[in-house]
Amino acid sequence: MRRFVLIAVPYAWLVALFLVPFLIVLKISLSDTALAIPPYVPKFEWAEGIMAFLRQLDFENFIFLTEDNLYWKAYLSSLQIATISTILTLMVGYPIAYGMARAPAEWRPTLMMLIILPFWTSFLIRVYAWMGILSQEGFLNQFLLWTGIINEPLTIINTNTAVYIGIVYTYLPFMILPIYAALDRMDGSLIEAAEDLGCSRLMAFWLVTIPLSKNGIIAGSFLVFIPALGEFVIPSLLGGSRTLMIGKVLWEEFFSNRDWPVASAVAVILLLILVVPIVLFQRNQQKQAEAES
Amino acid sequence: MGPVLQSTEFAPWNDPTEKPLIRFRNVTKRFGDFVAINDLTLDIYEQEFFALLGPSGCGKTTLMRMLAGFETPSEGQIELSGQDIVPVPPNKRAVNMMFQSYALFPHLSIWDNIAFGLRRSPMSKPDIKARVEEMLKLTRLEKFAHRKPHQISGGQRQRVALARSLAKAPKLLLLDEPMGALDKKLRQETQFELMDIQEKTGTTFVIVTHDQEEAMTVASRVAVMDEGCLIQVSTPDRIYESPNSVYVADFIGDVNIIKGTAKAQGDDLYQVNWSDGMPPLNATSETDFSDGQTCHLAIRPEKVAISADKPDGADNAVQGKILDIAYLGNLSTYHVELTSGVIIKAQTSNTRRISRRSFTWEDPVWLSWTATAGVLLVN
Repeated sequence: MRRFVLIAVPYAWLVALFLVPFLIVLKISLSDTALAIPPYVPKFEWAEGIMAFLRQLDFENFIFLTEDNLYWKAYLSSLQIATISTILTLMVGYPIAYGMARAPAEWRPTLMMLIILPFWTSFLIRVYAWMGILSQEGFLNQFLLWTGIINEPLTIINTNTAVYIGIVYTYLPFMILPIYAALDRMDGSLIEAAEDLGCSRLMAFWLVTIPLSKNGIIAGSFLVFIPALGEFVIPSLLGGSRTLMIGKVLWEEFFSNRDWPVASAVAVILLLILVVPIVLFQRNQQKQAEAES
Repeated sequence: MGPVLQSTEFAPWNDPTEKPLIRFRNVTKRFGDFVAINDLTLDIYEQEFFALLGPSGCGKTTLMRMLAGFETPSEGQIELSGQDIVPVPPNKRAVNMMFQSYALFPHLSIWDNIAFGLRRSPMSKPDIKARVEEMLKLTRLEKFAHRKPHQISGGQRQRVALARSLAKAPKLLLLDEPMGALDKKLRQETQFELMDIQEKTGTTFVIVTHDQEEAMTVASRVAVMDEGCLIQVSTPDRIYESPNSVYVADFIGDVNIIKGTAKAQGDDLYQVNWSDGMPPLNATSETDFSDGQTCHLAIRPEKVAISADKPDGADNAVQGKILDIAYLGNLSTYHVELTSGVIIKAQTSNTRRISRRSFTWEDPVWLSWTATAGVLLVN
């Protein structure tokens, strides 16, 4: 009985706050737009019965998504941006995690603190700060002009470059922490053993360190890729008009077009796309847990 | 191997024409202010099973890590087959190491673990396969070739580590506490297995251990270390029977140390005056002592006999009463307090059942031993 209660609480939470809202969104995506509050029909009427209500639902909005090439371009562009930023975050994050794991033990808690420290400020404020750094007259351009490296200010803000910088910056801790956890657990004598058996330092890194931190790399990559795919704040604040991301499209459908049904359809498709990496991520976590037991 | 007619005893260290495989020459290793190895000179010969024995922190692991190439000496030279190996990195040395933690690669199968070193050498695939299978057979691991390290037992893991370090047929194999993680029974079996493998492959083994029984069992020679220095380097029987210092006598096995002053009696025989009002003890010694010089008589408990009555004609006999009895199953160690307050340990085999034991607590007894049973040591 106690076990049942323990399991029931999180499930009730998930049903109430995830499944029910999702079903509402799914229902809206199958409705038609209308000038009303809320801006869609049909509304459920007890008098007409459930069958009459279901008969009014259709896949019109999903078909519309395939007809206008804005949507699939936005999806593809989001996938591309998310993939590239995940790779960039990995390239920046791995050396940091490696350095942390190799640092003297008394330094590690401090280094860990520094990684987590940005979370103490609002995410939105930090993105605004990047606007100040990257803008035409921003700190970065002023600094580079002062050192004489460039003569003309660089155009970074409102480009995809700014979006990459924003995503890498924001999601870096999510990449570092799982990789650090994997590297920290690694037995240092494994590297010595590899060298003893004829590996150079670089070979030992490639043949031992990388495979042993694989689970950390996979976990970190998904933790960056999944939220980056639906990212809205960073592309809308740092990206330009040509930065096409599905999160931005979604926002515009909801708030500019007030086309709730199409916006819901976009959200449902985004969720379906995300199911694939989420399932892969879960499987990786499970495999890791099994390997450790 | 010399001609068959010669003595079959393996003792290259007694042969001045024999060239040592490893040569430490005045090696010093410092970590900051701490001196881990202090001006150490040592020769190790081919096909030896050489044990470095000492308490933790005595420098034995540092010595081994210098052979593997993970540490470089602060001063001095290390030669392998006459070549200075100090500047050679670990991956270029014909030396392999078996790590205390085994350091098996958890992401690779047993087969791939053993093949790891071979794949880093210019060896053809079929040759690698043949060599790995040979190693699997040598260590009786054929059945586990495709398992991962976490899917086998501790003893099997230990054998994988051994197979992996032997696969490249190194000139020298280093074993860092190879049996530290095994339970006692398995450890004893493994010791003999290790000796077998060492004989079969003819590889020179250097083993680091803090377990003196293990060192005595497996090694052809044992080096007892303390604070970065070699205290004694000799065969296990010499180390046990003729320790060169109180430190070695005390470190290896159980021992009674009686402090006194020596007085020559001629013909290597000395009288030891050890306590006021007690008759002097008689002991022989190969080293010379001047009259009145302080000496320590080291005598093993199993060489001290215990009896109810004063034995006739014993070189040494002292009286006391039993303070404590340590029952070990096969042996019993009696702690006997002499009238002077000194406690002497005497060990006997339990040839009778415990209920029929001749002595019990508080019993007055006589302890006796011969003049040749102990060793006289300066310090």
